[in-house]
Amino acid sequence: MQLAKVIGRLVATRKYKGLEGIKFLIIQPIDKFQNPIGEPVVAADGTALAGPGDIVFFVGVREAALALPEKFVPVDHAITGIVDEIDVPEEGLPAKPGVFRKEPSLDPSS
Amino acid sequence: MRTLEEVALYIGKVSGTVVATFKDKVFEGRKLLIVDHLTPEGEPTGKYWVAVDDVQAGVGDTVMVIDEGNSARQVVGMDPAPIRAVVVGIVDEIDIAV
Repeated sequence: MQLAKVIGRLVATRKYKGLEGIKFLIIQPIDKFQNPIGEPVVAADGTALAGPGDIVFFVGVREAALALPEKFVPVDHAITGIVDEIDVPEEGLPAKPGVFRKEPSLDPSS
Repeated sequence: MRTLEEVALYIGKVSGTVVATFKDKVFEGRKLLIVDHLTPEGEPTGKYWVAVDDVQAGVGDTVMVIDEGNSARQVVGMDPAPIRAVVVGIVDEIDIAV
């Protein structure tokens, strides 16, 4: 699951049977500082409430279809929630010390 | 068929939280965390997840994350559910051969 910004709408009158009534939006995946990552994609709106300008989180691959009323439909990204707030305390907050250790006795060549 | 790369337990660092009011019912009452992917040496790779918290992890914790739907649905106990990323453990220590 990742964050994205809704940048547009998509209207398709004729579509696959299980997708009737589903709203499609164009979303731009973003990082936690809201900088764009990669290319925009079309996403089905599982919340039915998102609109252009919203920050959302979406789910990809097989699980995307599970966000929709019909569970077996050809959809690869689905919006699962509308974000009110992203709280990232400070960049570079160090991992708690002592987690990553070098252990010489584990070296297979020794 | 998925490769081993695609079905994995990853190491990550919790770097923030996400608040959402309108969301799928599987997320109701669950905390959402931003988890940065780390290499086994502790270096960030640039990849991240918005993950559901199952172990009361907090910002700064090194954690284990799954990014796969079937396991995630088993953890939250709801099927079907549009969920993939779940924090399933807090890491105390990682020992790597020098």
